Amino acid sequence: MLLSVESVEKSYRKGGLFSKEREHVLKNISFECKLGECLGIIGESGSGKSTLGRLLLGIEKPDRGSILFEGKKVEDRKVRTGNLSAVFQDYTSSINPFYTVEEAILEPLQMKRKAREEALSEIDHLLYQVGLDPSYRKKYPHELSGGEVQRVCIARAVSTEPKCILFDEAISSLDGSVQMQVLELLKNLRKRYDMGYIFITHDIQAAAYICDRIMVLRNGEIEEIVEVEQLKDVQSTYTKKLLQMIIA
Amino acid sequence: MTNILEVKNLKIWDSRNDRVIVPNSSFYVKQGSCLAIVGESGSGKSVTCKAIMKLNKAGIRQSGDILLRGENLMELSEQRMRKKRGKQLCMILQNGMRAFDPSCVVGVHLKETLMEHFGWGRDEIIAKMKNAMESVMLKDPIEVMNKYPHQLSGGTLQRVMIALAIVLEPDILIADEPTTALDTLSQFEVIEQFLQLRERMGCSMIFISHDLGIVKLIADEVLVMKEGEIVENGTTQAIFSEPQHTYTRYLLSSKLAMNQHFKRVMGGVNVAER
Repeated sequence: MLLSVESVEKSYRKGGLFSKEREHVLKNISFECKLGECLGIIGESGSGKSTLGRLLLGIEKPDRGSILFEGKKVEDRKVRTGNLSAVFQDYTSSINPFYTVEEAILEPLQMKRKAREEALSEIDHLLYQVGLDPSYRKKYPHELSGGEVQRVCIARAVSTEPKCILFDEAISSLDGSVQMQVLELLKNLRKRYDMGYIFITHDIQAAAYICDRIMVLRNGEIEEIVEVEQLKDVQSTYTKKLLQMIIA
Repeated sequence: MTNILEVKNLKIWDSRNDRVIVPNSSFYVKQGSCLAIVGESGSGKSVTCKAIMKLNKAGIRQSGDILLRGENLMELSEQRMRKKRGKQLCMILQNGMRAFDPSCVVGVHLKETLMEHFGWGRDEIIAKMKNAMESVMLKDPIEVMNKYPHQLSGGTLQRVMIALAIVLEPDILIADEPTTALDTLSQFEVIEQFLQLRERMGCSMIFISHDLGIVKLIADEVLVMKEGEIVENGTTQAIFSEPQHTYTRYLLSSKLAMNQHFKRVMGGVNVAER
């Protein structure tokens, strides 16, 4: 098991600084994710998808329960380094505006203590993998379009050859046609690098396109986990309603 | 059928660097019909619509004719234009969260708008808004009006905007990507309200979107834009069944793989297609 999540709970303080009231964002979440598997997490806004994403990344700690990455606690930085990457929705703030594309991709490579020359030579290959040519190396993020920045973010996430990449609404703010290009890219990269994905989105069609299994979250609870191939035989009424409301 | 809005030789350029954004576009909206403008980001969809409202930033200039019921909006003074906006031309923006004043409750915004255009009293406004909000499936309208924008979800705010449009009864409603920021469930609900709005009021509409699935549902005519130019226009049926331009074909085909995969997974059951 790559990731095993067991009875995780998370709540945030609601209202003012001294307010005692707490909002329960995640309730008793347990699931497992195999090595190389692509798991989709879908739900409405406010269902706790992104909070779960942050907990899986170890950026935040759960109130109760445990999240294990290859049997070790995900909160430990050493367990995560180079093994777990993330790509977020807001591409405008994902890359330091003072960094060129080259510097942005170099950052995680240097974290892995690679020699600078070796790392520099790798960048061309990485850019090629995501469909950008070497002329992008010296460009700044504001000079690129949304789809291009998101590709750079993906190249950066792939650079350490992680076992798993978490995408938090990574394609939601892109145009329809660009979305498709990025999805195709992700499919190809997954084969080549043998990685697993955790794909958080509200776009069920995109999730069905790329994932092996889909988890439906509702008000912080797991409504259902279903194999994509069995999507048409979902059990819960909520998931059925969700599937009927897709505008195809 | 008469044309409610006619745009002739509209040119939009940035006066600071003389970059032309929209070189020369002409189109019209028929009374009671819905025109959809599709294209990728940066194709000039939003700028065109802001030009109709004359709401572009100071550095951006425009020339040409915009006729609303035969009256040329380009010749109107800013003061007269202000009276038109909201009353005759109504705009619903992409991000409901940012369309309301964050420092006061939603009701204040609604009251100010309606006072400005109709001069109604407080009770009349509340009664009218309550009706309209109930018709867009908002439960407890009074409570919604007493909440701040950050306390409400994006879908709710977008429906409040539609409710306001119902009360204002504009000649033409411009919706700039009204559902892009919403999740699948609220997207469906908001689109449902748009469809009902058209049925109930027979209001003309300009609908900007890059989601072709939604366009297919709502629009009568489609205009395809690329890099500021109109590459194709025609009825929705014609555009979707026999696209002429390669770019239109590209747009249509781009999401096809995903849709087909989804339909296969769902066992050939068509979802929400009407």
